[in-house]
Order: sequence, then structure tokens, then C-alpha cells
Amino acid sequence: MTMLEIKDLHVRVEDKEILKGLSLTINPGEVHAVMGPNGSGKSTLAQVLAGKDEYEITSGEIRYKGEDLIEQAPEERAREGLFLAFQYPVEIPGVSNVYFLKAALNAIRKHRGLEEMDAMDFLTYVREKMKMVQMDETLLQRPVNEGFSGGEKKRNEIFHLSVLDPTLAVLDETDSGLDIDALKIVSDGVNSLRSPERAFIVITHYQRLLNYIEPDRVHAMVDGRIVESGGKELALKLEDKGYAWLEERVAAADAAAASGA
Amino acid sequence: MPPETQDVLDERVGRAYEAGFVTDVEQDTFEPGLDEGVIARLSALKQEPQWMLDWRLKAYQNWLKMHEPTWANIKYEPIDYQSISYYSAPKKSLNSLDEVDPEILATYEKLGIPLLEQQMLAGVAVDAVFDSVSVATTFKAKLAEAGVIFCSMSEAIRDHGDLVRQYLGSVVPRGDNFFAALNSAVFSDGSFVYVPKGVRCPMELSTYFRINASNTGQFERTLIIAEEGAHVSYLEGCTAPMRDENQLHAAVVELYAAEGATIKYSTVQNWYPGDPETGKGGIFNFVTKRGVAERRAKISWTQVETGSAITWKYPSVILKGDDSVGEFYSVALSKAYQQADTGTKMIHVGKNTTSTIISKGISAGFGQNTYRGQVKILRDAENARNFSQCDSMLIGDKCGAHTFPYIDVQNPTAQMEHEASTSKVGEDQLFYCNSRGIDTEDAVGMIVNGFCKEVFNELPMEFAVEARKLLEISLEGSVG
Repeated sequence: MTMLEIKDLHVRVEDKEILKGLSLTINPGEVHAVMGPNGSGKSTLAQVLAGKDEYEITSGEIRYKGEDLIEQAPEERAREGLFLAFQYPVEIPGVSNVYFLKAALNAIRKHRGLEEMDAMDFLTYVREKMKMVQMDETLLQRPVNEGFSGGEKKRNEIFHLSVLDPTLAVLDETDSGLDIDALKIVSDGVNSLRSPERAFIVITHYQRLLNYIEPDRVHAMVDGRIVESGGKELALKLEDKGYAWLEERVAAADAAAASGA
Repeated sequence: MPPETQDVLDERVGRAYEAGFVTDVEQDTFEPGLDEGVIARLSALKQEPQWMLDWRLKAYQNWLKMHEPTWANIKYEPIDYQSISYYSAPKKSLNSLDEVDPEILATYEKLGIPLLEQQMLAGVAVDAVFDSVSVATTFKAKLAEAGVIFCSMSEAIRDHGDLVRQYLGSVVPRGDNFFAALNSAVFSDGSFVYVPKGVRCPMELSTYFRINASNTGQFERTLIIAEEGAHVSYLEGCTAPMRDENQLHAAVVELYAAEGATIKYSTVQNWYPGDPETGKGGIFNFVTKRGVAERRAKISWTQVETGSAITWKYPSVILKGDDSVGEFYSVALSKAYQQADTGTKMIHVGKNTTSTIISKGISAGFGQNTYRGQVKILRDAENARNFSQCDSMLIGDKCGAHTFPYIDVQNPTAQMEHEASTSKVGEDQLFYCNSRGIDTEDAVGMIVNGFCKEVFNELPMEFAVEARKLLEISLEGSVG
């Protein structure tokens, strides 16, 4: 079964249309990279998938595991296995990372009819996951993202991902602001989480990340739409030629459509 | 903020008061009204010595010349002091727990404070004040062994008259302020603690207050004396039944810490805040709390104020001796139509004195929360240090947070640090929690609990649990 199907999605914030007919289909086990220039709507896509409600969906549909995603509250989506790694992870002062994660995991487990995990089992489980992203154990007891370096925040997002064990993970520019070592740690984490049941949407500016996380499909996004899709060679082409050729093509097509109509 | 989030917030902060029930116990209650005759009757009923009556009457004379303060950032209908009854007590006087009215015990059961169980399990001595008279005092024997006196103020006046006479009013004078003067004239009962030189009190001392009689002012008077090198931790926790009339509460607490002594005073206050729809009927809480710290002594106030319609309260420390330490840790929550004007005063008199102020104000609904604090460094207070941190959190867009820090430094060697912040329970924080599977209600609880953590960490364990419960939060830190 298709994991995610987005059809002709139009989204606006206040008076500005940001997504203008975006379509995308993702199957279990696949890794899709979404690339595009600033302002093309990449992060909007991520936020809309996670259910941020300042975005107004004017038309189109999103089906996740066969269900209408738009109808679901953000926490329902999370409990159904959708995960967003934030571009700018949020700080929650005074709430320890480990406490936060335990509450999150147990909310998800409860939803799935599983028993809540007790403190001891959870610690054992979490320590295993920490190794994967080479996180220092002191970050468990520190308040969520407070005082974390940029790299620590991003690694923490991947750590959350590994603990919450989602079926669809959306990574919103997780690579931005990472040095090469951190990038490698994050990529290794993601690669070890790849499985036939799990799919990824990796949103990025740079081809660099895709040297480490090899995508099945690459999509180029311009002006709120996916205008070109291909294999990993598309990423290299975008790296080489930039987005101007796509932008020109979109502008020409829009002009033709306007005059032709 | 999206409407559904606002709904959850509204529902959460508007939750009805859960401790609202009334116990049906026969009461001796004075007719409303206050004059010298009422005070004489009160004093006689309590079999007080002449000096006590004289002291009360002088306080009454002070009070008559005083005016109700108006500087606080609170609004309320004028209080008619002649429409209040100044004494209410259970009818029989009792000697032991066996004689306690089963209904009263049942009240404590409902509040989750089973006295007998507490004796056996928790190791907490409880001087339970039911309205105005202590009806049960426990663990006396064990405390007596250590030489600690822990009893009701009425008993103390009868049995330890010299001590009471020496210290009563020495920290908060009779005519200190309008409400303290009123309390001095008509105080009904309260707790008395005396810890002798060098003694570490063998257990946490705890008093549960419960205002019960309709339309009866409750005027506790508490006095804690820690002699040289002594150490005592005192807990005060309160809930009240639901009533329509405003109930006036004007307590006075005096702490005296002799050289090298430590007094830790913790409060969880959850009195009826008033009708959540109209704000009517809640407790008016006008409290004067102050401590004097002698050389190398330490006084620490921790309070979690979630109840009352009006809170007017500034637990203070006079850092009289050199190297003395004063601390104030506070969480004040104002929801629905609650108003809180609270803070502290740290008066640095001695050299090398240190004070710390951590205040967390949370406003929700139409609540108004004011931090008002004064740090005063007197001329001779060489090398005094103060650290103040006042944080406010807003939930929703109809509430308010205000901060009035007064700083008066008369010695140039002082080191002062002040930090303040105001934050909203942010949509971003809520969305982040939601996107990890945590629903909005739990997320708000978690964020608020995190905000208050520095203060909760100061509370004795059992109180910290109660405080978190009060903010309806699942257990923080149960892992790891």
C-alpha cells in the first residue's frame, strides 16, 4: 500500500499562496529527497504534513496509510507514526529530555494499545538508541534543547526519531548548520533506521547530505510545486546547474498558460 | 492561538475547584462584629492570661487608627469588618485523637490527609488546625524527647507563656500593618514551635489548615523559634471548602533564627479561588510573614500559591546578623479571576549577608499576577549580595503579569543581580509537543511544570508531589 499520497495540494498563509498544486507519492521503504531554493515551499510542506495549523489548505488531499491526514490533529498523526525532525527544534525549559521522550513514547504506545513503558525499561531502551547518534548521556537529563548547540539539537531530533520509531519520518533541513562530523553521525543514524516498513522525506538545500543518505527519488521544488523528479543523478545536476534553469522553465510555462488561456 | 488550543487551555485553567465540600460539625461561633468586648470574650474563652488580653487590646487600638493598604495591584469590594464573626471553634475540647469528631477525621480523609496513617507511615507530625482550634496534635512524645515544643498557639500561651511573651510581636510588631494589627487583636490560633539550642528537629513539622465555618475570619498566628544552631523545617498546606461569601484570612507568621540556626518554611496554598465564571466568593488572603536571621543563620521561604481570590503576601527576611542568608522561592498561579500580589523583602543589615529570590508567576484566564519585591542594603551591610530572578508565564491572552522590583542600596560594596523574563506558553512549544504525540493538555502541564522546576526542587519531597498535583501535572523526573 502507498504510504503517503499528496494530490494537487494548495496551501496558503494569510493571503499568500505557498504550495501551488504539489503532488507526491511515497511507498514504504523509500527515501525521497526534496530539494529547492529558499522560499520554494519545502519547509511549508514539512509543517503541513505535521499539522501546523497556521497553514490553510485550500484544495487538494493528503492520504497517509490510506487515511485522510488533513482531518487528523498533530498528536494523532504522531501517534500514527508520522515524525517531523524540526529545522529549528524548540526549547522547553525545565523539562528534561528523557522525561519528555518518555511522555511522548508512552502517548504513542497507549494509542497503539501497548503497555506504557516504566522508567527502568525506558532507560535501557533509550541508552541503546543514544549510541546510534553518539549523544552524550548528560543530554538526557538536560532540559529539552535548552542550551544545546546547533549540532546537538539536530542530533537530538534524530535521537527522538529513533526512540519514537515512526513509519514516516520527515527531516526538515536536518543537515543545515552541521559540520562534516555531525553530518556523518546524523546520516549514519538515519541509514541505520532505514527499513522496508519505514519511509523518509529528506528536505535539504544541499546535495552534500545525499552523499551520505542515498535517496531512491529526488524531487526539485520550485514555486510551490515539484517540477522535476528523478534518481540521485538529479541531485548532482541541481548541485551543478542550480535551480535557475528550472525556474526559467516554470516562468515560461506560466506565461504560456496565462497568454494561451 | 487556534480556537481548539484556546479551548483546551480554557478548560484546563477553568477546572472547578476540587476540594470544595463542607463538613457538618457543630460550631461555637461569635455573632459578627468587633469591639473590645469581643476580644475580651475571645481571650476569656481561650483562658488566656491578663498580659495576652492587654496585648490584644493594644493591637486593637493600633488597628483602629490604621487604614487598609491600597498600594497593591489588586481590586476587591471593601471588606466590612463588622460583618465578620471573629471566633468559631468545634464545641468540645478534646484530649486525644480518639475524641476527634469522626466527621472532622472524614474531612481529612477526603483531603487525603489521614492523620493516623500519617503518624504511622509518613513520620510527619501534624498539628491540625480545624478552623480556629487545634483538635489533634501528634507525635508530641517524640518531639518532646528532642526537647522540641510543637503545639497550638493557645496551648503555648497557657503552657509556655514566658517564651511566647518574649517573642510574640518581636518580628512582626503589633502595629506593623493593618492586617497584622487586626491579627494581633483577634488571632484565633495557630502553631508554636520551639527548637532548643543545637537541636536538629527529628522530623518535618506540618500543619494543615482548613477554613470551614461560613463567614468566619480565620486569623492564625504562628511563631517559630530556632535557638542557636538549631534546625527546623516547617510545612504548611491548605485547602478550603466551597462557599459563597468572601472569607477573610489574615495570618501572621514570625520566625526567629538565632545564631547559626536554620528555618525552612514551606507553604502550599490552595484555598477556594472563587467562582470560575464570576470570580465571586473566593478567599481573601492577606498575610504577613517575616523572619529575623541572626549571625550565620538561614531562613528560607518556599511557597506555592495556587488558591485564593486575592493573595497579598510578602514573606520577608531581616538579615540582621553577619553572614546570614535569606531565600525566597515562589510559584504563584492566578487563573480565572484570581489576583495575586506577592513577593518578598530582603533587608540586609549585617555584613556578608546573602539573599536569593526566585519567583515564578503564572497567569491564565483573566488572572492578574504581580511580583513585588524589595531588596534593601543598609549602610553597614558590607559585601551584601542579592540574586533576584522573576519570571512570568502567560497562558492565553486575557491575563496579566506585572513586576515591581524595588532596590535600595546604601552600601557601595553590594553586589546585586536581577533577571526578569516574561514568556507565553508558545504555540511553537505546544506544536513541538503535539508533533511528538503529546496532547495539548499534557503539554501545557509539562511546560508549566518545567517553568516552576527550580522552586519545586526546594520543596520537601512530599510537598513537591502535592505541588505538582496542584498544577495537575504528571510526575516530572520520575525517570533517571
